[in-house]
Amino acid sequence: MDNTNLKARILEIVPDAQQEENKQYLTLLVPAAKLHELAVKLKTTSDLSFDFLFCLSGVDYGKQLAVVYHLNSTQHKHYIVLKVKTDDRVNPNFDTVCDIWRTAEFHERETYDMFGIRFNNHPDLRRIFLEEDWKGYPLRKDYVDEVNIVEF
Amino acid sequence: MKELDFRDNETLELFKKTGGNVLMTSIDAIIDWGRSNSVWPLTFATSCCGIEMMACGAARHDFARFGIEVYRASPRQADVIVVAGTIVNKMAPVLKRLYDQMSEPRYVIAMGACAVSGGPFYYNSYHVVRGVDQVIPVDVYIPGCPPRPEALLYGIMQLQRKIKLETITRPEQVGVRG
Repeated sequence: MDNTNLKARILEIVPDAQQEENKQYLTLLVPAAKLHELAVKLKTTSDLSFDFLFCLSGVDYGKQLAVVYHLNSTQHKHYIVLKVKTDDRVNPNFDTVCDIWRTAEFHERETYDMFGIRFNNHPDLRRIFLEEDWKGYPLRKDYVDEVNIVEF
Repeated sequence: MKELDFRDNETLELFKKTGGNVLMTSIDAIIDWGRSNSVWPLTFATSCCGIEMMACGAARHDFARFGIEVYRASPRQADVIVVAGTIVNKMAPVLKRLYDQMSEPRYVIAMGACAVSGGPFYYNSYHVVRGVDQVIPVDVYIPGCPPRPEALLYGIMQLQRKIKLETITRPEQVGVRG
């Protein structure tokens, strides 16, 4: 299915998705509340059938925090990228997609470890790379570490 | 060991302070020849320098002809640990434990910029150890990011020269071992 048809199908499910132009794959910004419902429909609908979440990562846009999902369909061979953003930097929260694509368990743990983004209903949300008692979220743009980082 | 063989490395002649009689010297020569021509490393590679080390061990630049015949998986049986790759704060105690488990005589080669000084991660990294000599004492430093296989071979030859300077009566006199 090509990008225009994909976009039309997704706009039927979530009418207020916005496309980001000039990206490699069809990239849509969806409201955080609609993410889980959209993800379920993307996986289960037979002519969409996005069964492979090949990347889930957090992004810090300076003021907003976001999570980016890269999806692929192994049957139909089409790709799509979903983004969800939040302005809340103190307590960012999104819904987990572990129950849909199990690989998200580890990817969401990494996003929590590096950005502090919590995922609701995640079975085991804890740090994956850093030590359990590490303070701070290193990949945020405003991360300051007096002890370890040597300033240039 | 003849002075001619140290043509490339004048500074090592400063360390050459062996004493003892002629019999000791020839025993030293045999033992050092044996030890330097069969350093067996521990399987240890953390990042990109590890790939370069594997390339050095493959067919084109073969380090088995220098005596590095096999990699020993157990630190008890290894002679040298080639720290090839970045060491992070989480890996540093593991590295120290492996080094402590190796039995004497043991040597350390710090391969690549990350192991020498933290390399490209010296500034602005929250988790990289700035040089593996903060954790274990190093014998040979090989700069490069990553060093070419020929550079690793030169570093191995340096280590062989360093081993050939050792004497069994006073093993602590070699190099600047800490």
